[in-house]
Amino acid sequence: MTARASRLAIALLMLAVVASVCSLLIGSRWLAPASLWAALTDGSDPLTGIAHARLDRTLLAAAVGAALALAGALLQGVTRNPLADPGILGINAGASFAMVVAMAGFGISDLGAYVAVAFLGAGLALILVHAVAAAGQDGATPTTLAICGAAVTAVLASATSAVLLLDRQTMESFRFWQVGTVSGRDLSVLTIGAPFLAVGVVLGLLCIRLLDAAALGDDLARALGRRLGRDRAVVAIAVVLLAGTATALAGPIAFVGLLVPHAVRALAGPGHRTVLPLCLLGGAVLTLLADTVGRVLLPPAEIQVGVMVALIGGPAFVMLVRRGRTVAL
Amino acid sequence: MSTVTPTLDPPIVAVRSARRRVARRTTYALSGLTVVWVAVFLVRITQGDFLISLPDAVRIFLGAEIPGASYILMESKLPRAVLGTGVGVALGLAGAIFQTTLHNELASPDIVGVTLGASAAAVFGIVVLGQSGPVISALAVAGALGVALTVRALADGHNGYRLVLLGIGISAVMSAVIQYLFTRVDEFNATKVLQWLGGSLSNVDWRAIGLFFALAVPVVGAIAWRSKVLRVAELGDDLRAGLGAGPGSVDALIALAVILAGLATAVAGPVAFVAFLAGPISRALTGGRTRLVAAALVGAVIVVLGDHIGAYLLGDINLPVGIITGAIGAPALIWLIATGRTARGSR
Repeated sequence: MTARASRLAIALLMLAVVASVCSLLIGSRWLAPASLWAALTDGSDPLTGIAHARLDRTLLAAAVGAALALAGALLQGVTRNPLADPGILGINAGASFAMVVAMAGFGISDLGAYVAVAFLGAGLALILVHAVAAAGQDGATPTTLAICGAAVTAVLASATSAVLLLDRQTMESFRFWQVGTVSGRDLSVLTIGAPFLAVGVVLGLLCIRLLDAAALGDDLARALGRRLGRDRAVVAIAVVLLAGTATALAGPIAFVGLLVPHAVRALAGPGHRTVLPLCLLGGAVLTLLADTVGRVLLPPAEIQVGVMVALIGGPAFVMLVRRGRTVAL
Repeated sequence: MSTVTPTLDPPIVAVRSARRRVARRTTYALSGLTVVWVAVFLVRITQGDFLISLPDAVRIFLGAEIPGASYILMESKLPRAVLGTGVGVALGLAGAIFQTTLHNELASPDIVGVTLGASAAAVFGIVVLGQSGPVISALAVAGALGVALTVRALADGHNGYRLVLLGIGISAVMSAVIQYLFTRVDEFNATKVLQWLGGSLSNVDWRAIGLFFALAVPVVGAIAWRSKVLRVAELGDDLRAGLGAGPGSVDALIALAVILAGLATAVAGPVAFVAFLAGPISRALTGGRTRLVAAALVGAVIVVLGDHIGAYLLGDINLPVGIITGAIGAPALIWLIATGRTARGSR
């Protein structure tokens, strides 16, 4: 790791700590550090409920953000596509559609089953988007992939809305989830998702060498002895695990996977040995900050983290497109 | 054309017959579309879960009072068919104008974010300002114009893929705004959210329809008056300039299209993919020429038919028209990409 990268790592680590602390303390009701500690350790404290809700939501936001950012970095790396993001490429929409169908059609309410269904949907959407984009005359360019992702998202959103209209009960539980939020979920949700996230993170971090090879282009990567088909499959599995679980936990949140890798690459350089771990930290920082700011920006209501990230991420996406480097990475 | 009179010069005959063929094809397409639209309109007002016979419908129009049937026809079926036609015409025109002047099949107002911008402004007016009626129309038009100007400034003269990608980014922001505004409302009305995200004809009354037509008809008239520019613009920017039509004349046409899309969105929401679909379908029918009348008719047929399917496909469930058009339109978009029939190279 270069000195620059390690400085960035330390800065991000400190930022992550600060963001977590802010997320624990700040909200519609301010908790002083001392009373937070008392509430967390002493079960009879009147603030225990709030403190635990804050803790759960902080952990969830950090986990989801880290997972989405890593998924984005993996996608951008393996396809050399600077516009890749699980939200833009329709993967999150696939996961949420599969979950709605499972809830409404098959009455599934077990969270473990949700996660499995979300993987299925995420995987199918990933394959569909890439297959359609690759069928075009130009092949799967970043641009066709992004447009295909938008189109697949539109189809799946139509279908999701149709299913929701059919089933009022599913609609109620889906209402806030669909916007992308980390509030109001207890820790059991995270404990079910955590093993999948862990496997996804480990698998993703094992991809460092293949991503560095992929960055050189298909021909050079092959010359270096990489088996491209196998490499892409491994990355796809990691992305599906990460993005599918994150969507199952917090709803479809776009743009985290787009923004964080770009910011990290701009600051620390393109080597994946530094980019991937730093993306984990950066993603956690971004979602934690977005969630915390969303709580206090327009009181008394909260702005969901999905909306906050879209408000920051949309303009950033526009900036990336305008820079015109749609193929280079 | 086998019976060529020997006195005529063969090239003249060839050109004349080629021109006739195009004219005839256009006539067939336009009359066929008119027949289809009338048929779809009649199906929409007479069929469904409550059947009204055609003679009964005529009698009701002439003033007869048939218990039950009168109310359902005049307050539910007819307004939706009329508004569906109006919205379809507006979106079809707007889409065809965008695609033709920007030389890009993907650059329709719904894909570049114009209709979602109108929708976000309208929802802001309803939820935050507590407005209704003409104010919402004005806000929607302002939102549509705002997004159109923003995308145009950002795209910097690149009308190809860059425009579309920018539109995708802006659409994402706009739908986030719409979703957020609706989570602020105490009584969460999911049908309303779906209307403003995807378009629906279900919450309309005659007053809203009257307002829409009163505002939209002058705009359509202005488009008809300016429509000659379109045929020149189709030839490309250089030839257009060479033929004496400045960029201002094209801009005026695009502005009218944006206003029309905004007005349609104010009354029915951003009905998904109608503007995108109407142009290519009408061009396929007329043999490659852009005819605004054909695009308008295709738009009307899509919206009225989509509304009928949505209303009666699944028993008691009233699916908004936007869900149906989205389910048809997005695969069409995917097909366009997969077959490579998009504006390649014009980035």
